[in-house]
This record gives sequence, structure tokens and C-alpha cells, in this order.
Amino acid sequence: MSRVKTLQSLFKRYRRPGDIAFAWFALIVSVLLLSQLADQTTWKNGGKLFAQPRFWPAVSLGGMAVFAGFHLLGSALSERIAGRWQEVWLWVCSLEYAGWFILYAIAVPYAGYLPTTVVFAVLLALRVGYRRPFILIAAAVSGVVIVLLFKTLLKVNLPAGMVYEALPDGLRQIMLTYF
Amino acid sequence: MENLLSGLEMLARWDVMLALLVGSVGGVIIGAIPGVGPAVAIAILLPATFSLDPIVGLTMLLGIYGSSMYGGAIPAVLINTPGTAVNALTSYDGYPMTQRGEAHRAVSLAYSASFWGGLFGIGCLIILSPVLAIVAPMFGSREIFLAALLGILLVILAHRGQIFAAGLLAMFGIFLQTVGLDAVTYSQRYTFGYSFLSSGINLIVVVLGLFALSQAFFLLTAPDSSPDAKPVKGKMSAGFKELLKHKRVATVASGFGVILGMIPGTGEFTAQFMSYTYAQKTSKTPEEFGKGSPEGLIASEAANNAVPAAAMIPLLALGIPGEALTAMMLSVFYVHNVIPGPQLFQNNIDLVYGLYFALIALNVIVMVFLLFSTNLLTKIIRVPTRFLGVMILLLSFVGVYSLRNSLTDCMISAGFGVLGLILKRLNLPIVPIILGMVLGGIMEVKLRSALPRLKTPFDMIDRPISFILFLLILLVLALHIRTLVKEWRAHQPEEDHDMHDSQMR
Repeated sequence: MSRVKTLQSLFKRYRRPGDIAFAWFALIVSVLLLSQLADQTTWKNGGKLFAQPRFWPAVSLGGMAVFAGFHLLGSALSERIAGRWQEVWLWVCSLEYAGWFILYAIAVPYAGYLPTTVVFAVLLALRVGYRRPFILIAAAVSGVVIVLLFKTLLKVNLPAGMVYEALPDGLRQIMLTYF
Repeated sequence: MENLLSGLEMLARWDVMLALLVGSVGGVIIGAIPGVGPAVAIAILLPATFSLDPIVGLTMLLGIYGSSMYGGAIPAVLINTPGTAVNALTSYDGYPMTQRGEAHRAVSLAYSASFWGGLFGIGCLIILSPVLAIVAPMFGSREIFLAALLGILLVILAHRGQIFAAGLLAMFGIFLQTVGLDAVTYSQRYTFGYSFLSSGINLIVVVLGLFALSQAFFLLTAPDSSPDAKPVKGKMSAGFKELLKHKRVATVASGFGVILGMIPGTGEFTAQFMSYTYAQKTSKTPEEFGKGSPEGLIASEAANNAVPAAAMIPLLALGIPGEALTAMMLSVFYVHNVIPGPQLFQNNIDLVYGLYFALIALNVIVMVFLLFSTNLLTKIIRVPTRFLGVMILLLSFVGVYSLRNSLTDCMISAGFGVLGLILKRLNLPIVPIILGMVLGGIMEVKLRSALPRLKTPFDMIDRPISFILFLLILLVLALHIRTLVKEWRAHQPEEDHDMHDSQMR
């Protein structure tokens, strides 16, 4: 392969395994959404076409369906790449981490930002295969640093943990405000 | 002059200086770690900056944006893995230089070229300001609508070889911004009866999912690795002398960076490739390119560092972001009720000058920081990738949840995270979704406000600037069709484009 790229080859990308699965998914979603156009949008009588609330959803979904159709066509006409279902399975596996993220978001208002962050940092480090104490300690310390940076210093808008209410008076106030 | 001074005054505050320092140094570190990148960092920090003054928040984000490419050159040169996607071509000549024992020369040249490109970009921005102040008010609703339409078109067409996917994703972005209660007619659009969809899909929730969470999922599902970069010995300022021998290449490359940075949808990649091709064609030793040519390295780094300043031009003057990072910054402006566009130059010119000075300061801060800390950065980039994934996941929570403490936002963001992962794995672009959302919103609003003045469709283009923009749209389309025909006639074989795996980093 020539190492010097010409402008013409700029941004070309070759397909990867699983491309056709995504193409089908995109087309089905586009067509389903487009089929709901009349139900999910309104047409104001007497209004100009471009000012209709239906206009932009129709343009975008119509465009999506057309582009998705061509993308699928391109995928279907190209040579089959091995490993399609392995790739799709990896996408499915990533849902586990989405689940971790949502669990973390559910836990924070109850267990408090500091304890939840430290626990999740260590648990996730264990989940992805780290066993060395150094990495696990680093994960816990990083969790504390994240909390100190965002909650204590930058005072970002995060809820105080309900569990903090059970703490003794002085400590409770500090934990509710800063951690 | 008065505005210039008040711009300087704006910057001369401890909180602004601190934000600039944190942004610049943080940006270099983030850029140096393959797997993070400025988009992830800006997405995470975005909601945190909402509580800050506009100039403080913007300088911090600007610091990250402008400095990440400096840091990204280090792993590109030392371990052949670009720290940010736009350092891809740096590794072409930087790594071969490292292999033949010239790591110090390559790194210091990359820094010098970046500094040159950065300052050149800001210089152009300052010189162009008076012109922008005159031209920007000529942009009414029709012109901004056409400019946004041109932006969408360019974003789609810039993804050569993947135009259908880019078109699909841009349209998806436009669709996403239509979801919710229509602000003019108060009618529901695609809410399916769910109240949480009535307020629409928040751009930041989407950005955090597509950029930050998807990167976390990507790193967590991929095999663990720990890049090993060897320390560099020698004075980092040595590159300046060598750069002066190649000032023509550095200046032309920076020029490409400025011009292409201003055009929405093109940006660093195109600038880099055009500069690299130019440098090779005009070099006395073209055969050295790809084997450790200093000119190639300079062309690549000068071009990509000239872009951030240039990308501020359409953002500040017209309120039109050209790529994902400026699209994210646009939300900071909106949160503070500072609307970028023609009126910004009339009402908030001091803020504009403040941002210019911030850009200059950040380049100096980064350069000084890099002169002393390169070896420290080579240690930082050894962080294992899955550990990084854990950290990005935890940090993403701050970004999403702090917006409005909504669990629904977290779920939507996680959904976009999975979509982002799929797109990254397929090497499909994410940027069209974000630009579709932002530019789609602009197009809808501006077309509506232009309607009362339109009696016939030709009224849309009856003013000089709108007519020029219309011609540009036609020209872009015609050029694309011409290229397609030429390519089809030439029957060009497919090349290996794995090096364009820009979404991976």
C-alpha cells in the first residue's frame, strides 16, 4: 500500500464485519419511524409547507430511509466479511456495561456519590479482569479524586445520598454538602 | 482598541487564568492518552462548565480543544498510535524517525510545527475579525439557513466512501432535534405519548452517550493493552531551528488548516491530507515521505493545529459549528444566553477578543508545559485501556446526571453509548449525528423566520450572500458528481483504509 495518501482517497473507509446487520437495523428503524409520521406529527391547516410541524420530521425520516436503503444495497452487493455474528454478539455484550452505568446512576441518590463511585470503580475493575491490588487501589483512589474534583471543588449538581442522613450530626452535614 | 483592552481585561482574572491553565494542561494530557481524546473530555466537562462564567467555561473547553493535538503527537511519534484522530498522519513520518533513533528530533519538531500552526490560525482569526464584523451582520435568516444546509451537505460529502452512512446519520441527527414539543405550533412530534420526550432529546445527553460512554464501552469490550513509550532525551526547543528551515511548508500547511477549518464539515483531516500532499509534491526529497520526513511531520502538525482557531470563525460569526467540538461549545454559549452569530460582534465583541487572547495564551502555556513534561507524559500514556474505560464510564455519569439529575437521561445516554460503540466498531462517523442535530435545529428555526419574507422560492436567493451560498451548494454537488464520474471511469481499486479509524480514538 502506498503510504502517501492522495486527496481522492480521503475519508474512504472500508466495511467492517457486521455492517450489513447495522444496515438492516437502520433501514427497519427508519421505515418504522416514517410509517408513524401521520400519527406522531400534526398538519396545521392553512399553514405553509415549510412551517408545518410535520415538515422536518418528514424530510429527515425520508432522507434516513433513502440513505439507509442505499447503505444496505452497498453492503448487500459487497463481498461478505466473516465474523458478522461475532461482531453483533459484541454489541449485545456492551449492553452489560450500559447496565452497569444505569445501576450506578440508580445507586448514587441512595448510597451517596462517594461510596457508590469508589465501590463501582473497584467492582468494574474486577469485572474487566484486573486482580492486582495496585490497580484496584488505583481504581478506588481515582474514584475519590473524581468525587473531590466534581462534587467537592466544582460543586456540580449531584444529589446527596440518602444514606448520609443516618450519619452523626457534624459528619452528616459535611457528607451531604461535599461528598 | 477599547474592545481589545476589555478583552484582555476579561482574561486577566484568576478564575479565567486557572481555567485556561487547567484546560491547556489537561488537554495535552488527554490528547496524549490514546483512547480518550478531546471530544470525550469536552463532553464530560460540558455540564460542569454551565455553572461557571461564559468566559471561564469557554476558555477551559477551548484549552482542551486547542491543546489536545499537541499531546496527541507524542504517542503518534513514539508508539505509532495517534493520541487523537487528527494526529494520524503525524505517525507516518514521526514513528519512522523514532525507529531510527530520532525520537527527540521528531517530538520537538512536532511541538514547533504545532505552535507555528496554532499561532498562524489565531493570527488569521484576528486579521479576519474586522471583515467578519462587517460581513456577519449581512447574514439574515435566509443566509444562515443556506450556510447550515451547506454545512450538512459538506459533512455528508466529506465522508468519502461512506456517504450513504454519513447521510443516514446526519438525517438521524436532524430527526432527533425534531422530537418533542414543537416550539411554534405547540404540537407533539414523535413523543409516542411519553412525557419525558416532550422536552425533546437533549444534545448534551446525546453527545455524552455518543462520545464518552461509547468510548468507555469500546475500551471495556476490547482486549486490554498498555502502550509502552520510551522516554525522550534532549532539549525540546531544538525543533524550532529546524522548523525555520521548512517555514514554507509550515506556513502553507497552516494556511490549509485555516481555510479548511473555516469550512464546516471538513476540518483537520482534509487540512492534514492536503498539506501532506502539497509538502510531498513540492519537496526535494519526496521519496522520504512516509519513511521519516521532517517536512511530512511539519505539514501534518502545522495543519491540524491551525484548525481550532479557524473553526471558531463560523461558530462566532454565524453561530454555525463546523464539527463536533465546536458544536459542543455552542451549547455553552446558549446556556449563558450569549448567542453566537452576527450580533455577537456587535454586542459582545469583548468576549470575542477575550477568546482570541485565550487562544494565544493557551498555545504559549502548552508549549512551555511540553518543553518540561514530555517524559512525564510518556509515563501517563501507559495507563491500561480497560482501566481508562472504567474511568470514562464513571466520569460520564457526572456529565449526564448533573444536567438535571434525571435517570431517564442516563438511560437515553446509555442507549446512545451502545449506538456509538456500534458506529465506532463499524468505523462509521459519529459527527454527522451531532452536526445534524445542531444544524437541523438552526435550519428549522431560520427557515421559519425567513418565510414571511418569501413570496416565491426565488426570494430565498435574491440577496448577494444567499445567492453566493446557493451557488456554492450547487458547486459542491457538481464537484462531487464530477469526482464520482471520474472515479467510476478510472475504476480505482479499493485501498486499505484502516488508518482512517478515526472513531476509535
